[in-house]
Amino acid sequence: MLAIKYQDGVVIAGDRRATEGFQIAERRIEKVFKIDEWSAMAIAGAAGPCIEMAKLFQTELEHYEKLEGMALSCEGKANKLGQMVKANLPMVFQGLVVMPLYVGYDVTRAEGRIFKYDITGGRYEESDYHAIGSGGKDARNTMREHFRKNLSESDGLKLALLSLYNAADDDVGTGGPDLIRGIYPTAKFVNAQGITDVVDDMLKAVYDEMMTARRSRET
Amino acid sequence: MAMPYYVSPEQMMQDKAEYAKKGIAKGRSIIAMEYFDGILLTADNPSASLHKVSEIYDNIAFAGAGKYSEFENLRKAGIRHADLKGFMYSREDVTGRSLANGYSQSLGTVFSQEMKPLEVEILVVQAGTNSHPNEIYRISFDGSIIDEKNVAVIGGRAEAVQTILKEKSSSQAPSLDAALKLCVTALEQTANQKLQPEGLEVAVLDRTRIGRKFRRVSVSDIRRILSP
Repeated sequence: MLAIKYQDGVVIAGDRRATEGFQIAERRIEKVFKIDEWSAMAIAGAAGPCIEMAKLFQTELEHYEKLEGMALSCEGKANKLGQMVKANLPMVFQGLVVMPLYVGYDVTRAEGRIFKYDITGGRYEESDYHAIGSGGKDARNTMREHFRKNLSESDGLKLALLSLYNAADDDVGTGGPDLIRGIYPTAKFVNAQGITDVVDDMLKAVYDEMMTARRSRET
Repeated sequence: MAMPYYVSPEQMMQDKAEYAKKGIAKGRSIIAMEYFDGILLTADNPSASLHKVSEIYDNIAFAGAGKYSEFENLRKAGIRHADLKGFMYSREDVTGRSLANGYSQSLGTVFSQEMKPLEVEILVVQAGTNSHPNEIYRISFDGSIIDEKNVAVIGGRAEAVQTILKEKSSSQAPSLDAALKLCVTALEQTANQKLQPEGLEVAVLDRTRIGRKFRRVSVSDIRRILSP
């Protein structure tokens, strides 16, 4: 799961694999969630508690917005998620880790923002990109080499998918694109227009181009 | 010997009802009207920040007339009830009917057991989706619940507004613009004064929207719609 800043906001993307020991438990799991009109999160860790936390976070933000008549600030939402991660700390000692990556479009600052967390609920803002999960380090390696400031939307998406591809190449826990079944990673743009899902056709086009380039290197 | 004085239950209820009615009569009116794509809520509200109309859930909205602090508490309780239910079960299991019943229960209990009844009248409206009809519930200070069709009015001059609306409404659901014009005309006629767009609180439950159907209509949009 990773997030990259680009000129209009942030692109957030994640693979679709869930594992159970050495087995693949699920090929189509969604690990990137739209949280509200202006933010999304990706999760790594134990699937059950992860999804529950995402759902509770969505409810909390919507609840706050309706009670107070206005939405929380981007910073406020990131802090709230930090508290939820902290509350999960006892479960971490039982082996059930929940590690989110939170991205939001800060309407007052007119920019996309990326927040990473540690298991104690510590919240750290990233200026350019970040990746979490078993393949996080592999993805970060790719992003470090190719990231520049003010990427275009399509270059941002391409870098996200390339980083996921390389992570899947080196990490057993990360799933690559499944060309036979037509399963592609989930990707969303978070910008002034809100949250936009990247459609499968667009993902497929990026992968087709990437595959062709890779194949030509092998001959 | 001092005589322990006796008040008959009938007398007590009547006094309480009179007290509550007097409180509500002081307030301005709020109209809920079905239109082509959902339900329109129009309130005569000079405050831009103290809302009388609010979102409860995906396709459910709330409107309160009377004492602000009292219906604000009810509004918050409703949102809590809806969010809790939606989280525990599923979003589609949150219904206006169950919410209206909850409100009816608590208003009824307060009316019969507390010294002071709540001086409020509330509306719970649900925009029907997937070819389900709209639902409009009007709940009074004593907990009585009325299932309204097409249009419902609460607040000070509710009956007068209702009469005007009944006269002018057609059998077919109007467009948003027509519905808003009709509501504002009715409010102006009963208030005997011209209402400015800034003094109106307008919101819709628009079933064509994806996800949450509630939307506030901005002052500039109100002005555009009302301009002749």
